[in-house]
Parts: sequence; structure tokens; C-alpha cells
Amino acid sequence: MNYHWNWGIYWEASPEGTGSYADMLWSGLLVTLEVSAIAWVIALLIGAAMGVVRSLPSPWAKRISGTYIELLRNIPLLVQLFLWYFVMPELVPDAWGDWLKQMPDAPFWNSAVGLGLFMSARVAVQVSTGIAALPRGQQAAGTALGFTLPQTYWYVLLPMAFRVILPPLTSELINTIKNSSVALTIGLAELTARTRAMQEFSFQVFEAFTAATVIYLLLNLAATWAMRLLERRLRLPGYGAG
Amino acid sequence: MNASAPVIRMQHVSKWYNPHFQVLKDCSLDVTRGEVVVVCGPSGSGKSTLIKTVNALEPFQQGTISVDGIDLHGKGVNLPRLRARVGMVFQHFELFPHLSVLDNLDIAQRKVLGREREEARARSVALLKRVDLSAHAEKFPGQLSGGQQQRVAIARALAMDPVVMLFDEPTSALDPEMVSEVLDVMVQLAREGMTMMVVTHEMGFARKVAHRVVFMDQGEIVVDAPKEEFFGAVTNERARVFLSKILAH
Repeated sequence: MNYHWNWGIYWEASPEGTGSYADMLWSGLLVTLEVSAIAWVIALLIGAAMGVVRSLPSPWAKRISGTYIELLRNIPLLVQLFLWYFVMPELVPDAWGDWLKQMPDAPFWNSAVGLGLFMSARVAVQVSTGIAALPRGQQAAGTALGFTLPQTYWYVLLPMAFRVILPPLTSELINTIKNSSVALTIGLAELTARTRAMQEFSFQVFEAFTAATVIYLLLNLAATWAMRLLERRLRLPGYGAG
Repeated sequence: MNASAPVIRMQHVSKWYNPHFQVLKDCSLDVTRGEVVVVCGPSGSGKSTLIKTVNALEPFQQGTISVDGIDLHGKGVNLPRLRARVGMVFQHFELFPHLSVLDNLDIAQRKVLGREREEARARSVALLKRVDLSAHAEKFPGQLSGGQQQRVAIARALAMDPVVMLFDEPTSALDPEMVSEVLDVMVQLAREGMTMMVVTHEMGFARKVAHRVVFMDQGEIVVDAPKEEFFGAVTNERARVFLSKILAH
């Protein structure tokens, strides 16, 4: 292999004229963080709502949440992003389609929402599993005390369900961050896209992807560590001990 | 409310799990103010289901139930409001594991009754003292023994100032050495005049404080008799067999 190693490449000016290659990667990392954060908030909110709907006894609730989950879970993320980005603006009324196409940062919002919805199906399954894992009497106890159904969920079931599912939620958070790289296909300048750009400008493929690998690894280790910290803070004295 | 009207009036209540399985068969029962009614019977006789129909935790298809004069199925009845006035103690305690003992007592007072934080807290502290658990106020349910958890659960129900207390096998899940601490609290409550409906096999408790004993079998109320009659000269064959079995030891 006749490869010219250059580990100093990060500090060299990029041809974009806006700083060094390190600055390029940094800007990509920020976009990855932003898009992942928004997607995660969407995934948690809609996932929690759909998970609750899935846990209700009504057959209609199960049908609605089941359809939602199976649709979003069984279509590849890449196809979903393409559907939101390329297909949806053509399907909605012209005025809306034009607005969507002309929206500044359209790739960013498409990625954040598309990824958030994709992940929300997975979070929904976790949440409903967490609710199902609680003793049946917990809901009865809340109801017997006079809580309405929403109050029973809010004050009794969800606080425990989320504690139960924190470990699998950590995986889903990491999946969200990793999956954000798919957004490069609709033109979002996130970390993977900036890495590809660095490779193409500089021909330093190893240095570029070494940086991306290390950054993703550190980012996800930090996310895991933060979730562990949260787990520890929410741990209940004596719970699960017997 | 009319002082002499029954706190619980159950008339011709029937419930089916499916068309082929009837769990409650035409059950009628009155519980008057200050009365302690013990419900017993073999497992599967429908006694837990019966007690859970009183606060509409279990739906039923026929008959009527009124609590403190209010029909459960009446028009415009606010079921959560009605349930808040009926205290319920479960076999498996069902404390909220993510809340401290005090918060377990506070939460429904505040969120359902709308009491201020201080008012609710004062009531909780007083009730914890009454069940002799003041020292455990800041602990979490997971740190308490079964007997202690059940006493907290009783205090939590009392905090709502209920017109009646329902107990669904409150000592069945307890280790034997913890049964008496829970029964002691219940006996004290009965002697103070609380209206109580208690599903239990603790015949000692029934002898001590019950006014009436109801015996159920296969979804039917087979015997509904004053305590003295039930323990003295129960004539029903099924009830006699049941009693001889649980009193054999």
C-alpha cells in the first residue's frame, strides 16, 4: 500500500476556506448532536404516548398503536427519510409542498423528525413493555385512590415503567445517535457527511475515518455513561432486592 | 346523607367473565354505618371479585350498587370522586415503589382531594404515627417489611377520609409473624367505628370485631348471618364444611 500518512491533516486549512479540517469535523459533530437531540426528544414524547396507547385495554387503541409501530419499525430508516424528503412534498397540497421544499434547513428538520418518528416506534414498544412489567395491582391501587386514568399513568405507572426500561432506552439513545449518520443521504452536513467531504478534499481516507470512528465512539460512551448516572440517581432503595 | 341508610347497598349483582362463566350470582348485601362485615369462602368463590365491585374496580353486568347513597352506575356519577371516598387495602399492598412512605400518603390527598401540601403532610404524619411507623416516614416501600408496608397501605387509604374501608385479603401475602401487627391496626379501626368490609380467612379477627359474616361459594352469597349465629350454629352445610376445614388446626 502506497499511502501517504498525514496525521497533521486535521490542522490544515480545508478548501472550503472556513477553517481547518478539524473545524469541518467539529461543525459536523455539532449537527449530529443537534439532530440526535431533537430526534430523541421526539422519540421519547411520541414513543411514550404510543406506548401508553398500546397498553390500554381498548382494541382500537391496540390497533392504532400497532399500525403505527409496525409501519415505522418495518420500513428501513433510509427509505423513511427519502419518503419524508422526496415523496411527501409531492403528495401534500402544492402550497404545503412548496413550503416544505423552500424551508431553510429542510434536510435538518426532515432528518430530525424522520429519525425521531422512526425511533419513537422502538421507544413505544419499550414503554408498553415497561408498563406491562408492573404488577397489575398498581393500576388498581391508583384507580382505587380516586386517580383518573391519565393521573394513574402519570403519577403511578410511568415513573416506574421508565425506571424499568432505562437500560434498553440507553441502547435506543445510542441507536438514535448512530442512525443520524443516515441523514447524509438527504444532504445533511452531519459528522459522517463532513468526514466524507474531508476524505474527498484531502484524500486522507484513514485519518478522516479514524477521526469519525473515535468521535462516534466517545460520543456514545458519554451517552451511555450519562444514562448510567441517571439510572443510579433514580435507583430506589430496597427495590428489587426481594 | 341519611344516617341510617346503608353505606354499601348491593342489590342482585351478577357478573360474567364470559357467557359460560358467571363469577357473581345475584349477590345482595347491605353494610350499614359502623358495621364490620367479614366475607369468607373457598378460593374462587368470588369474594375478591365481590369486594372489588364496590368501588367499580370490577365491572358487573346486572344489579346495582350504591355507596353512601350514590349509585355507581348513576347518571353523571364521577367515579374517581366516588372511589376516593372508598378506602381499599390490597393483598399485595400496592404501595407506589418510587415514592417515599410519606409521599405515598400525600399524593392522592393532593392530586385527588386537592389538599394543600402542608395539610396533606400533617394528615399523613398523624396517620403514620397511628400505625406506629413514624420512624419509617422517609423510607421507600422496598425498605419495609410486608407487615409495615400493609400498615402504610392502610394509612394511605385512611388519609382520604373514606366512608368505608375495603380489605381484600390483607394478610394473605404476609409472613405469619407479621399478620398480627396488621390485624391489630384493623381491630383498632373497627373499634373506633369504621365501616369495614373485609375479605379474609382470619376467623380470629372475625370473632373479635365482625358484626356479620358472609359466606360465599361458587359466586353466591350462601350465608349472611350475625357473627354469633355464624360461629355458633351455622346450618348451611357448605359453610360448615368450610369452617371445619379452616378451623381444624
